[in-house]
Amino acid sequence: MSIWSNLGLVYALLGAAVAVFLAGAGSAIGVGIAGQAAAGVVTEDPSKFAKVLIMQLLPGTQGIYGLLVGFITLSKVGLLGGGAAELDPQTGLLILAACMPIGIVGLISGKYQGMTSAASIGIVAKKPDQFGKAMLFPAMVETYAILALLISILAVNAVQI
Amino acid sequence: MAVLQMQRISICGLKKDRKAILEKIQTLGVMEMSQIAEDEEGFEKMDTVNARQTFEKRAQAADQALAVLDAYVPVKKSLLSSLEGKKLVSSDEIARAADEKQEIIRKANLLITKSKEIAEAKANIQKTENQIEALTPWLTLDVPMNYEGTKKTALFIGTVAAEVTPQMLYDRLAQAEPVPDGTDIQVVYSDKDMLCLTVLCLRKDAETVEEALRSCGFARPSQVITNTPARQKALYEAEIEKLNKGIKEAEDEIRGYADSRKDLELVSDYFRTRAEKYEVLGTLPQSQRTFVMSGYVPRRYVRALSKAIEEKYDCVFDIEDIKEDEEPPTLLSNNSFSSSVEGVLESYGLPHKGEFDPTTIMSFFYVFFFGMMLSDAAYGAIIAIACYVVLKKFPRMGEGMHKSLKMFMFCGVSTMVWGILFGGYFGNVVDIVSEVFFGKAVTVPALWFIPLNDPMRLLVYSLAFGVVHLFVGLGIKGYMELKDGKVLDFFCDVVLWFAFLIGLILMLLPTDIFASIAQTQIVFPPVLNTIAKALAIIGAVGLVLMSGRENKNPVLRIALGAYDIYNITGWLSDVLSYSRLLALGLATGVIASVVNQMGSMFGKGIVGVIGFALVFVVGHTLNLAINLLGAYVHTNRLQFVEFFGKFYEGGGKPFEPFKSDTKYVDIKEEN
Repeated sequence: MSIWSNLGLVYALLGAAVAVFLAGAGSAIGVGIAGQAAAGVVTEDPSKFAKVLIMQLLPGTQGIYGLLVGFITLSKVGLLGGGAAELDPQTGLLILAACMPIGIVGLISGKYQGMTSAASIGIVAKKPDQFGKAMLFPAMVETYAILALLISILAVNAVQI
Repeated sequence: MAVLQMQRISICGLKKDRKAILEKIQTLGVMEMSQIAEDEEGFEKMDTVNARQTFEKRAQAADQALAVLDAYVPVKKSLLSSLEGKKLVSSDEIARAADEKQEIIRKANLLITKSKEIAEAKANIQKTENQIEALTPWLTLDVPMNYEGTKKTALFIGTVAAEVTPQMLYDRLAQAEPVPDGTDIQVVYSDKDMLCLTVLCLRKDAETVEEALRSCGFARPSQVITNTPARQKALYEAEIEKLNKGIKEAEDEIRGYADSRKDLELVSDYFRTRAEKYEVLGTLPQSQRTFVMSGYVPRRYVRALSKAIEEKYDCVFDIEDIKEDEEPPTLLSNNSFSSSVEGVLESYGLPHKGEFDPTTIMSFFYVFFFGMMLSDAAYGAIIAIACYVVLKKFPRMGEGMHKSLKMFMFCGVSTMVWGILFGGYFGNVVDIVSEVFFGKAVTVPALWFIPLNDPMRLLVYSLAFGVVHLFVGLGIKGYMELKDGKVLDFFCDVVLWFAFLIGLILMLLPTDIFASIAQTQIVFPPVLNTIAKALAIIGAVGLVLMSGRENKNPVLRIALGAYDIYNITGWLSDVLSYSRLLALGLATGVIASVVNQMGSMFGKGIVGVIGFALVFVVGHTLNLAINLLGAYVHTNRLQFVEFFGKFYEGGGKPFEPFKSDTKYVDIKEEN
């Protein structure tokens, strides 16, 4: 029985891992999709490199949000620097749950933001002067990642250790 | 802070003055052409297509010649040279270039010819090299490639596939009828693809042998060469040598024209300007002795234009205000600070006719929000200083670039201020460095508070800033409706919404939900609570009754009103959207901390310092770049979606005056 009652820290770490790897994977997929479209544009017109690069980077933020939540979690449970805190399983699971939003939303929104970015790269390819508008479409998708990030940060911060 | 008022200027003058007047207008560059009287009887347009094309062709020739010069005599350019902008030249210089235009264009054509010669020679060299390569397997052969034997013997030179061995050929020959005795097969060369052979036989057996060979896939070389391979190779090499020498001479000649670069640029722009002039000339309605020209001029330039045209030429100079049904082009005029965000507004769309120019109001919010999202004093300082230096160093850069850099400079300053308020200097670099290298943690205190320690507090502030931003947007809508005299619309769409929203907010503030978020309980006096309820109810009832006012059917009208109330969810999501101010601000700080933490893992000592410096530079550069992008994108979004969504339509077309649209040089104005 004792092993179950010692798993608190493991759950918390699992939370950090979920945040980082799901959101990171989402961004990787998104940046990958957008990158393919960007590379296509640059073969035709290398002068658009800077513009399409910015477009490609837009879905990259989810991974950063995941990293952020992961980092806050690690510092919360004391794995960075000082000794790890004693966590009971319930607290550990609370932290795991708190990390879920950015992980899952990051994964899904990262992919879809990538697809939107790829479409927006199409706008930039044909009408470079519409860059400002083109940038907005992927930013719309990102809103939900930001909302998830917010809830994850607030929840991780709110868990009492 | 405004859209410049346009006026329609029409000039009716004598045909003999038309080019002089056009030239004057082109130099002033304040008039956008928009012709009237095009279909009037007695007026015809002149066909200028040929003249224009000639000029364009010459401008292109000069451009091509410049490209040739760039390829063979490259000018050293720094990374930032694209910011330098166009050179400034006096009108004397361009006049001199115009005088020598024939000579300069001749040079341009010569340069193009030389470059074509070089390209041709290079292609020939490539071709010859291929021939040498085809010859290489045969180099050991000491008879000419087309040698066919002596009087009594026949010689076959050719290749077979690599799978065919000489033994197989002998076997095949042995089956021939009659058997060609004394046939000799020699392998000249073999590799994995082919076998090069000479086959010697008696003249009388020639036909039999040839047939046998052919059945084994024997093929003669494709080139007919009358020399021995070695000699032919030497000939080819001499040819390449000659071509190379020609290339070198041509290149030297091209280099000799390096000084003509400036002349070519001047002449290219001269012809480009003339082509544009002829393009406009072709759109002017002209009668036998007169012409009419019409277009939009910003009111503030009308006097200058009239002085330059009306007083010098015999013409009628007519000034009209814009008519109701006309849609004039839009030109913004703002102070130095606000004009820096004009580029952002342009990317959404300029205000259409009669619409309010939101640039000034937007500029303050823009800089404010941008700083809040990046919120690191050191990053802000870097951005502000970098932009300032570039702006000072390249005063002649393009206008759009100049505005953007200025905008980022202001945003950098704002970022610095927010960083000081939140205590962020490269994240927490002061703490980490002092702790790791000096053993004692020193913290630079935040002037306000540290967001990571109290995120709920910053969230409340973020949403509050959002409410202010949105209310300003709604206020502008009200202002525009009042200006147009739509008092009822103003009351129903703006005042009622304000009452409803303010009532709801005042009701929300004293509740437990808000207290748990803000961590302070706000207690209002009971009177205020009553007022809040009253406002909310008045607003809600008013909206239900009034929103569907265009509809006669009372049931439908109420239903539409109720649907309009549903827009409150839109307001909620708009306000929540401002939580990105908190989220992105935290992201910058936390990632900067991660970088510092990683850097400190090397420990103390020399290795530690070097390791830290390395991680510090790379990490913070990346963090700055990605968060700068994030702050830019999301500040734009807050303006475009949340703020503009409340009142702004855009869709005006930009003012594009007829001017000298040069590529290389700017011509200095002379008075």
